[in-house]
Amino acid sequence: MSGFFANAVVYILAAIVCVPIAKRLGMGSVLGYLLAGIIIGPYLLGFITNEGQGQDIMHATEFGVVMMLFLIGLELEPKMLWRIKDLILRIGLSQILLTSLIVFGIGILVQIPWQAALAISLSMALSSTAIVLQSLKEKNQMNQPLGKMSFGVLLMQDIAVIPILAILPLLVVQGAQLVETDPEQMHGLIDQLPGWAQTLSIFGAIGIVILLGRYGFGPLLNFVAKTRLRELFTASALLIVVGISFLMELVGLSPALGAFLAGVILANSPYRHALESDLEPFKGLLLGLFFMAVGSTINFTLIFNEASTIFSITFGIILIKALILLILGKIKKLKLSSNLSFAIGLSQVGEFSFVTYAFALQLGIFSQSMSDTLMAVTALSMTISPILMVILDLTILPKLDRNEEKKEQKMDDVHEKNKVLLIGFGHFGSTVGRFLRASGVEATILDSDPERVEYLRKLGFKVYFGDGTRAELLESAGAHEASILISAIDDREISKVLVEICKEEFPHLEVMIRAKNRMDAFELMDMGVENIYRENLDTSIKMGEDALKKLGFRAHTVHRLAKQFHDYDEASLKVLVNFKHNRDEYISKTKQQIEIQESLISGELSRKFSVNDHTWDSESIKEAVKSEIGNTKGEERNRK
Amino acid sequence: MRKILVLFAHPKYEHSEVNQVLLNSISHLENVEIRDLYELYPDFNVSIQAEQEALFQAEVIIWHHPIYWYSCPPLLKQWIDIVLEFGWAYGPGGIYLKNKLIMNAITTGGSDHAYSSEGRNQHPIEDFLLPFEQTAKLCLLQYLAPFHVSGTHQITNEQLSLKGKEYHDLVLHLRDAPSINRPFRSKQLNS
Repeated sequence: MSGFFANAVVYILAAIVCVPIAKRLGMGSVLGYLLAGIIIGPYLLGFITNEGQGQDIMHATEFGVVMMLFLIGLELEPKMLWRIKDLILRIGLSQILLTSLIVFGIGILVQIPWQAALAISLSMALSSTAIVLQSLKEKNQMNQPLGKMSFGVLLMQDIAVIPILAILPLLVVQGAQLVETDPEQMHGLIDQLPGWAQTLSIFGAIGIVILLGRYGFGPLLNFVAKTRLRELFTASALLIVVGISFLMELVGLSPALGAFLAGVILANSPYRHALESDLEPFKGLLLGLFFMAVGSTINFTLIFNEASTIFSITFGIILIKALILLILGKIKKLKLSSNLSFAIGLSQVGEFSFVTYAFALQLGIFSQSMSDTLMAVTALSMTISPILMVILDLTILPKLDRNEEKKEQKMDDVHEKNKVLLIGFGHFGSTVGRFLRASGVEATILDSDPERVEYLRKLGFKVYFGDGTRAELLESAGAHEASILISAIDDREISKVLVEICKEEFPHLEVMIRAKNRMDAFELMDMGVENIYRENLDTSIKMGEDALKKLGFRAHTVHRLAKQFHDYDEASLKVLVNFKHNRDEYISKTKQQIEIQESLISGELSRKFSVNDHTWDSESIKEAVKSEIGNTKGEERNRK
Repeated sequence: MRKILVLFAHPKYEHSEVNQVLLNSISHLENVEIRDLYELYPDFNVSIQAEQEALFQAEVIIWHHPIYWYSCPPLLKQWIDIVLEFGWAYGPGGIYLKNKLIMNAITTGGSDHAYSSEGRNQHPIEDFLLPFEQTAKLCLLQYLAPFHVSGTHQITNEQLSLKGKEYHDLVLHLRDAPSINRPFRSKQLNS
């Protein structure tokens, strides 16, 4: 199979077939892409003829990882980064050092030359940013303690790439021949410079990135934005990322790290969201290709021939990494279920090791067979760890969560016994809570974001740390004594869990649930929830009301219209929910409801009010009076 | 047994001990429907449909409310304005309330003396109820003499429970008596 289009068709088709299936099976897109890669790879369908081709694609698409870090940087403000510096330094660094140390020790034990052992151990300490972050984002766990820990570790690993690349050349076995030396490929222009100058240029490059981020990119984007050519803006966004990567490559730094830095600096920029939305598709596409390339590079011949060696190394490294991460998670007091996700999630060897293996091979630290074996191990670990995650998510975690609720219940002793339990204290929940408080009702508030809890406590709110979706915590928060439970969480899944728990354990509680939209409300109605609050219904009607007022409508008339519209919308929801299971019928019913809604409101306008509401409308009275006068006149005339 | 509809309007019921006693004395009675308007329509959007249906079924209607500034609380006025529609309650075809009985049950801070020609308000309470009386007549309703609890600022518990009993008995009378004789401005039944 050759030719650009043919290749493109194969790759894209494979992705389109495999990824939705993987997602449907609850495996996440990463595993889907990996499987797609394996399927089109040389050992199954053979669309990609050899691993070399896969590796080429992999290198080309590594750029997706760079973009992903840029995008992550965009979402992280410098202040945020400063707050997690502890996490990055302590946890991240200990993970790298401990893992390397143990792997190095094993390497020495099995009598690998120490240079090779060191190169292997350093490469294997790193995890796959692409896999981990992608799946964390898909599971919406980035803001949970588990997500933050993972991110901290990954960030430290990215930083560690710099010294690792610097150390490798020092390991060159004296007298060994450099295999196919190609300095341009791995190292940039500064190789020929003396050490101090190299260091200087590294700092110089970082300085340039920071300066550009502060003063260069803003005006550039501003200038481009003014042209109102959208593709030019996209091009500029790409230029920023590509340019930084180039600069970093030049001085031998990790492009991903540079891009991340630039992203963080641009996080406060007004163009942040525009950049995000422009780069997101590129990132997704490149990452997808990258994962597929990883899948296709798995050398099954080698794996079959040396199955025992490769599988034992793979599972060995996964085990070592996971154990170390587990210990670190324990120290950081992650609860067991999160800790397992954290450890298994980061247990694979990362894509960066492909780079170091290639580099070490050139430098003559590795032999060809050693490099092949390691490549296979890495690719295999990248495939196995997502599978392990799926197994964990589906089988172990649900049970664990249940057990954990029983024993590990020391999160926060909640002394309050209030009538109202308020779950979630973000923008939505805090408004509810403030209003209740202003009316003299103290709610017991639970929130699972430790930083928010701390911050709100400083402001004098009684907010407690804890996940509202655990029956025992709800109980200690006084669910038995309370009469109302308000869920102000914006995560629909968590809301649903909450509803289930309340139904089973606290049936006396009046449950009030925030819903995102109509569909959300339907699901909750199906579960028997009566008090459903669509989060933007009232605000949007209020906005329309104000807009009509600005157009010259009388305020009170519009207010009554708005109220009527609101009631109508709520009522139509109750009708529609019965039809949502039958999709066709639902669509036609929706259309019907919309039509009714439209005709209702236009009817109101043309009649100055609704069809049945003649309130304050004197037209009919005037008519009646007129005909009465007519009658009496007629009578008078008759009399005459 | 007549069906009785109590249209209760008090913007701060939770603070009105007198009205709580009055309402409690009749709340458990069979065939007596109490519509707490401020609870039903906190936003003043009175449902015409629902109110007219309730009216249609009732034989005796009671406007139960405190007197504020010589009139009813604004929500009851809103109720009158929009529920008693032209062509339904009055005017051509407006016959749906015809011959039903209606009565004000009111509470006032001022005493009986204050509501007299010698008193501070210079007129008996019936004079101030003239708009309600005329509204009733226009709707072909039979307007009954009001039930009045006066001097609520100084009322004693004994007096209050007596008034509660009286209200209870009156409602029973309106519900069960074969014929009702409670003409307007005739005080004899009250005393």
